[in-house]
Amino acid sequence: MSIDMQQFHAVFFEESQEHLEEMEQLLLALDIEAPDSEMLNSIFRAAHSIKGGSGIFGFDALGSVTHIMENLLDKIRKGQMAISSSMVDLFLRSVDQLKDILHSYRTNESIDWASVHQLTQQLELVTSGKNQQEADLEKKQGYGFFPKTESLPEDAYGFFDKPAADDSFGFFDDTVEADGFGFFGDLPAAVGQPAQSATESARAASAAVFGFFEELLEPGNTKNASENNPGAGIPAFSPHNIVEIKNLPDPPVTIPTASPVAVDSFEKTVSEKKDPEQKQPIPKQKPADHVSVESSSIRVDVAKVDQLINLVGEIVITQSMMSLLGKSLEGALAEKFQAVANELERNTREIQEAVMSIRMLPVSFVFNRFPRVVRDLSTKLGKQIELLIEGGETELDKGLTEKLVDPLTHLVRNSIDHGIESADVRRARGKNATGKVVLRAAQQGGNIVISIRDDGGGLNRERILAKARENNIPIGENPRDEDVWQLIFAPGFSTAAEVTDVSGRGVGMDVVKRNVQSLGGRIDIESRAGQGAIFTIHLPLTLAIVDGMGVAVGDQTFIVPLVHIVESMQPAAKDIKTLAGEDQLLHVRNEYWPILSLHKVMQLEPQFTDTSKGIVVLIETTKYRFALFVDALVGQQQVVIKSLEKHYKRVQGVAGATIMGDGSVALILDVESLALSVNQTAHLAIAV
Amino acid sequence: MDASSTTDISKEYLTFTLGDEHYAIDILMVKEIRGYESVTKIANAPPFIKGVINLRGDIVPIIDLRIKFNVGAASYDEFTIVIVLHIHNRIVGIVVDGVSDVVSLSRDQLRPPPDFGVAFDSRYLLGLATINEQMIILVDINELISSEEMGLFAFDEK
Repeated sequence: MSIDMQQFHAVFFEESQEHLEEMEQLLLALDIEAPDSEMLNSIFRAAHSIKGGSGIFGFDALGSVTHIMENLLDKIRKGQMAISSSMVDLFLRSVDQLKDILHSYRTNESIDWASVHQLTQQLELVTSGKNQQEADLEKKQGYGFFPKTESLPEDAYGFFDKPAADDSFGFFDDTVEADGFGFFGDLPAAVGQPAQSATESARAASAAVFGFFEELLEPGNTKNASENNPGAGIPAFSPHNIVEIKNLPDPPVTIPTASPVAVDSFEKTVSEKKDPEQKQPIPKQKPADHVSVESSSIRVDVAKVDQLINLVGEIVITQSMMSLLGKSLEGALAEKFQAVANELERNTREIQEAVMSIRMLPVSFVFNRFPRVVRDLSTKLGKQIELLIEGGETELDKGLTEKLVDPLTHLVRNSIDHGIESADVRRARGKNATGKVVLRAAQQGGNIVISIRDDGGGLNRERILAKARENNIPIGENPRDEDVWQLIFAPGFSTAAEVTDVSGRGVGMDVVKRNVQSLGGRIDIESRAGQGAIFTIHLPLTLAIVDGMGVAVGDQTFIVPLVHIVESMQPAAKDIKTLAGEDQLLHVRNEYWPILSLHKVMQLEPQFTDTSKGIVVLIETTKYRFALFVDALVGQQQVVIKSLEKHYKRVQGVAGATIMGDGSVALILDVESLALSVNQTAHLAIAV
Repeated sequence: MDASSTTDISKEYLTFTLGDEHYAIDILMVKEIRGYESVTKIANAPPFIKGVINLRGDIVPIIDLRIKFNVGAASYDEFTIVIVLHIHNRIVGIVVDGVSDVVSLSRDQLRPPPDFGVAFDSRYLLGLATINEQMIILVDINELISSEEMGLFAFDEK
């Protein structure tokens, strides 16, 4: 399956641009003396969103910078570090740089890695608790390359005690000085201490390198590592050396991933750093005749689109009224008028379709991003995962689709990172070594339901409770499972033992819930220990389109969602059985269906009260089936679902309303809750 | 708001009739005035909620105040008027017998409302005014429409 990721890039660029602008504004508005925690959270979330997106698309320069920014912001918002104006300056510079990087990715220009590295170094220094001046000082002295130099040799030795270098590291004697450290000679200050200890023993140098790799390199994430990497040591390895390292018995398996590409990019960095006088990277030269990025899409306020849709609806109605008027004309004029009216009708219909299509997108637009996410994550985490996508054709309002991306990404990442166990554990538990994640969308009654199901270990009740106590979240005695699961949506809540690139910061679920709620939806969790978890997002149908069957009762029309209709028929009197006086059953092909009279439920005056005179529509829901008795069928059509709740309130048995061709309002039936009323009144609904 | 400062500032009110009585509401609440058209009925709604109409794409509930407050006869003809109101970001239409005028009233023209004798609960009344020897009842339409009694808004969501 090949998916064109290109189509999502534009959206990502636009979103990131917005996030950056938001960050900038917030940073500028931030009060250093008393920073508003909500503002810090917003900045943090903006950085997090960019990181998430860049992770998906492999825009590593963005990812690496935002990752460190996120670390620092996390410390600040947790109060572990006080924000200073120099930090804000640094953040603003980072935002500028991120904009440049974004621009480079957008125009397919090469990334200015040198400045990226410099920035990440600065950010890391600040994060590690040193202030800006110290950081600057260090850089002047060339320490920038080896921020933690003093501690390195010792730490590193610990790591290598066992494979004690004799045979394995022999090759360093030949190569290190010649290829590797030679270039450090150009940077006397930088070589300074570390170089001395390093040259004494090649082991130390290599250890420093390995210590570094252990921290930063993750399998399958080559580029990322080289960016995160402030750069110690890598240039010491020519591709030739790397091949040899592969043969080492014990060292981290991640080394081979330091590909020549990574080295190249680093060498670029180094070459710029060689000039000790040059503190700032050369500002990126933007050619005057620079190709401007004309966006092929425009972002329009949803309210404007809604207004357009409504207005077009009005035009359609006015047009049909005009056609009606035209019919009362006579003579030659009538013919001409009719021709014009027909033309107008066709045009308005096309306008309506075009306007409607602005908003509607199949949910696969979102889902198609995930095979890549899953593939990358499973490689990264060394898990075998199979992703199944169901119901991708379900149509969803564009506004909803866009806002679903972030929460879904978080949930899928969570399922893979926390849910699915490693292959060994899975085998030990008697499961298939390949974990399964199912992404599914469906329309259910008055909702769009999107679920993410994994067959992993499920949520850990004890761990969540322990963490909740640790975070001082009030919990009752012996809470129900559902209540426990909801705890994970608290801000800053994470039970992951360590913070990884993938998840564990505790932003995710908080944001997920917020996003889903802002869409007017809700999120449920079902989990069984050892069997997996299901996260279900219920979204309202507002503006979703439904294929429906129009049915008439008295002078009103109702819409029955087509998916629930089995068939419609005019029942023969002999097939209608009466039970306990009033309740009726319909006998169809050896099965009995309870009959529900729509006019009774909706309190209307029907055309027919005798069931055999009207029409019954056989309806099957996920749980029940019944026969709906109506006066007549009006016809099948696609209708736009409008919310009744916007100006009124929810009505039992009604999923929403729609506007018919003549401008009148028709209610859309919520067959699930109708089935329930059958069940309550007649006790007859037959479980499927 | 300082009461004295508002004394001479007059506000504009839309007056309308329910049966024989004259009422007035703050004109800023009024979105538009239109003729009564047939509505789509809603099941299990109280009788004064006539149903919903399509107002340029919005599904808007229509309330007949005459039924709710038992004034006049709830008849519908070509002269029956719907006043469309904008309340708490929602749109609601109220059926009245007729719209009369737009009047300016200052605070000192208002008399306190009686506790009884008018169809509306005094909670929803702002006061009484006399114009051309006609008594006009000022209704706090905002309070009335969003009240629990009307049952228009689902209250658990607030």
